[in-house]
Amino acid sequence: MGTNVKGVLGTKLGMTQVWDENNKIVPVTVVQAGPCVVTQVRTPETDGYSAVQIAFGAIDPRKVNKPQAGHFAKAGVTPRRHVVEIRTADASEYTLGQEIGADTFEAGQLIDAVGTTKGKGFAGVMKRHGFHGLRASHGVQRKHRSPGSIGGCATPGRVFKGMKMAGRMGGARQTTQNLIVQSIDAENGIVLVKGAVPGPKGGLVFLRTPAKEA
Amino acid sequence: MHTLDSVDAASLRSDIPAFRAGDTVKVHVKVIEGNKSRIQVFQGVVIARSGAGINETFTVRKVSYGVGVERIFPIHTPTVDKIELVSRGDVRRAKLYYLRELRGKKAKIRELRDTPKTSA
Repeated sequence: MGTNVKGVLGTKLGMTQVWDENNKIVPVTVVQAGPCVVTQVRTPETDGYSAVQIAFGAIDPRKVNKPQAGHFAKAGVTPRRHVVEIRTADASEYTLGQEIGADTFEAGQLIDAVGTTKGKGFAGVMKRHGFHGLRASHGVQRKHRSPGSIGGCATPGRVFKGMKMAGRMGGARQTTQNLIVQSIDAENGIVLVKGAVPGPKGGLVFLRTPAKEA
Repeated sequence: MHTLDSVDAASLRSDIPAFRAGDTVKVHVKVIEGNKSRIQVFQGVVIARSGAGINETFTVRKVSYGVGVERIFPIHTPTVDKIELVSRGDVRRAKLYYLRELRGKKAKIRELRDTPKTSA
């Protein structure tokens, strides 16, 4: 691992629009980023790799179990709700209890946004996989949104594994890569990200330096 | 009070006159050609206002050389230098899409005179 990865946890507040310097409308997602705290610094000597663990979000101290409470106490911070680890080469530059906020990033840079997508429930193949369904007329009866054939007959005599079918959709972790940071309000901890970020309003979002910079 | 009001507040404009569908307005649009900027005036009847907050837009219709031209402007766009209210219209609809079907005298909108008397 030779790259320096930065990241911050935050809450998705919603989407709106702003005007850029060319007076073009830019759709943006507003993310309340941080304040996060460093709860652990992993080093190759003790852990075999270098990483930094950050925590975010208020939690009732009564809901924190003893092992976790001890872990936060070791870092000298109050317990937080969410914890993530960022594998980065410069982990030794972080100190326990250090605050991380929106100023981690700068306007114009690319980031990846990780979130949990909105749950869609049990969804059919048209919604879940983008199938086209069957025809609206020409004799099609009560099968307009069905998948059609799912395989052969006696050969192979079974349905192949991984066949795209109806099922639970959404509610899964998703990373949207290479989004542009439109602007940053470090004072209020607000990051405006161009485009959509996975998850509902109020959902947890993890912003980090892109894995594949385009 | 919405969550994002504080974010939108930076882009909202306060110099927009109150106008509604039926009013005739002059929209002074900033046009950038190369590195020069000039003002172009688009005068016409407001036939619709739609959306709310930072998303709100209005549609201006005029008939230019016999061809109907409509432009949709976001109310808070910085490309509009200013909006000038020319006259108020006496209309009974919020959306005047029926004007698209009408020509000549029928497409005229009566001007609103004074404030209507409120029966006490």
